Amino acid sequence: MSVLSLSHVSLSYGQPSGTAALPVLKDVTLSLSRGDFVSVIGRSGSGKTSLMNLAAGFLRPTAGQVSIDGRPVTGPGPDRAVVFQDDALFPWRSVVDNVALPLKLAGKPRAEREATARHWLQAVDLAGQEGKHIWQLSGGQRQRVGIARALASGPDFLLMDEPLGALDAMTRDRMHELLLKLWDESHTGALLITHSVEEALFLSTSVVVLAPGPGRISFQEDYDYGRRFIRGEDPRALKSEPGFIAARERLLAAIYEKEAA
Amino acid sequence: MSDSTAETIPAQDRPSRPVKLRLPWGLLLGLATIGGLIAIWALASALGWASPVFLPSPARVWAALNRVAFEGYANATLLAHMGASLWRVFAALFFTMLVGVPVGLIIATSRIGRGILDPLVEFIRPLPPLAYLPLIIIWCGIGEGSKVLVISIAMLAPIVISTVSGVKAANENQIRAARTFGATRAQLIREVMLPAALPSIFTGMRIALGAGWTTLVASELVAATRGLGYMIQSAAQFLVTDMVIAGILVISALATASEILLRWLERRFLPWIGKS
Ligand SMILES: Nc1ncnc2c1ncn2[C@@H]1O[C@H](COP(=O)(O)OP(=O)(O)OP(=O)(O)O)[C@@H](O)[C@H]1O
Ligand SMILES: [Mg+2]
Repeated sequence: MSVLSLSHVSLSYGQPSGTAALPVLKDVTLSLSRGDFVSVIGRSGSGKTSLMNLAAGFLRPTAGQVSIDGRPVTGPGPDRAVVFQDDALFPWRSVVDNVALPLKLAGKPRAEREATARHWLQAVDLAGQEGKHIWQLSGGQRQRVGIARALASGPDFLLMDEPLGALDAMTRDRMHELLLKLWDESHTGALLITHSVEEALFLSTSVVVLAPGPGRISFQEDYDYGRRFIRGEDPRALKSEPGFIAARERLLAAIYEKEAA
Repeated sequence: MSDSTAETIPAQDRPSRPVKLRLPWGLLLGLATIGGLIAIWALASALGWASPVFLPSPARVWAALNRVAFEGYANATLLAHMGASLWRVFAALFFTMLVGVPVGLIIATSRIGRGILDPLVEFIRPLPPLAYLPLIIIWCGIGEGSKVLVISIAMLAPIVISTVSGVKAANENQIRAARTFGATRAQLIREVMLPAALPSIFTGMRIALGAGWTTLVASELVAATRGLGYMIQSAAQFLVTDMVIAGILVISALATASEILLRWLERRFLPWIGKS
C-alpha cells in the first residue's frame, strides 16, 4: 500500500530579478493512497498546477516534504505517471508507439511492449486506432492516448492536470466513466486537478479546495459517488441526488468564499 | 502497422480546398516570371542592347550548354563537372551533419558544452569562404578534402543553430512526460529532443545546402580539374560569357532540384510537421 504524501509543503518561485520570492503554496498537507481518487479544485492561479508539479517531482518544495512511503521524492519517476493538459504526446510516433514508449524506456522486450500498449489502448476504447498518427485523432482521443500511455508505465499514482479541460461536455461525461473504470482496474491512486466542481464530486473519494494567495487547503470532504458508479449505479441518478447537489453547493461556497485575512 | 501508416499518408497530403485553388496560381506565376525574364533577355540580345560578350542570347547559352554536355569544356563533360560538384556539396553536407547535429545537441543540453562550443560556432559563422580558403589550403593542401572542408565550414553554423533551436522548441511537457517514465539523459535526447528537433534540422539542411552551393565556386578556385565552379572560372578567364551563364544556370537547377528533394524527404519522413 503506497502512500504519496505532501506534508507542510510550501513553494515560492524565485524571481528572475532577485526580488522577494512569490509564495504560491503555503503549508499544504495532503496524502494520496493507492485506491484513492483525490481531486484538487480552486480558482485560476491558486497553485493547482504547482501542487501537481511538486507531487510529480518536477519542482522541489521550498519548505516541507513530498514523500512516498516515507522516502523523499527527489524527481520524477515511473511510480508516478502524469497526464498533461496539452496531451504532450509524441507526433513522430504512431498511437501504439506512444503508449509503448514508457515500456521501451524501461527496457522491456518489443513483444511485451506491443501487447501492453494494445491492452491499454483497448481499455481506453481505442482498439483499431493503433497505427494512426497522433494528429489524425480528435482531442478526446488524444487525451485517451495520453491516459493509456500513463497507465502503460504501470504507475502507483496517476497525476492528471485538467486532462479533460479542452473537451466538450458530452465527451467529458463519457471520459468520467472511463476514468473511473480505469482507476478501478489499475488500482492506482489518482490525483486530478480540475476546474469543474461536478467532475471532482462525481469522480473523487476526496475533494480538496485550494484557496488562492498563497495557495492553501481551505476545505476538504470525502465522497463515494465514483465508487457507487463502479458498483453499478446510474450516473445521472447519482448526480441528481439531493446529497450530490448539496455537496456541490458546499464546494462552490468554499471556492468563492472571501479570502480570510 | 507500417502498412496502415503508409496508407494514411496520401490522404493527409491531399490539400484542403483553399490550397487547391492557390497552388496552380503560384506555379503559373513562377513559370510566367521565368518565361518573362527569358523573353526580355532574348529581346535585349536580339535588339543589340548589349554586346554578346556582356549578354549572349538565350540561344547561344543553350548552344554552350549543348557543347559542354556533348563535347565537354574545360577538360570534362557537363556530367563530370556536375558529378564532381554534387559529390563535394553532398559529402560536405554529410560530414557537417555528422559533426553539426551532435554539436547542436551538446550546446542545447549541456551548460558546459554550450560554454565551450557556442563561441566557436559564433566565431566560424560570419567568416567569408574566400577569407579562410587560403588557410585551409596551407593547412590541408589542395586535395579533394580541402574543397569539401571549405564547403563544410560554410554549412556548419546553419546545421548547429537549427539543431539548437529545434531542441529548444521541444515542448516542456513532452520532456517531462519522458522523465516521468524514467528516461535517462541519453534516452531523453534520442527519443524526444532529436525527433522534436528534426523539422528544424531539415530547415537547417536546406539553408546549409544554399550556403554549400554559394561556397562551391570558391572551393573550386584552387587546383580543381572538374566541377561547375571550375568550369565557370575557366570560361570567365577567356570571356566565354555564354558558358559562364550556362554554368550558373546548371548550378541553380541543381540547387532547385536538391531543395525539391529535401522537401520531398521532409513530407515523406516528417509528416507531422505543422500538425497538432
Ligand atoms: N514558473 C513560474 N514562475 C513564477 N511564477 C509562477 C510559475 N508558474 C506559476 N507561477 C505563479 O504561481 C501561481 C500559481 O500558478 P499555477 O499554475 O499553479 O496555478 P493554477 O491553479 O494551476 O492555475 P490554472 O487554473 O489557471 O491552471 C500563479 O500566480 C502563477 O503566476
Ligand atoms: Mg494549472
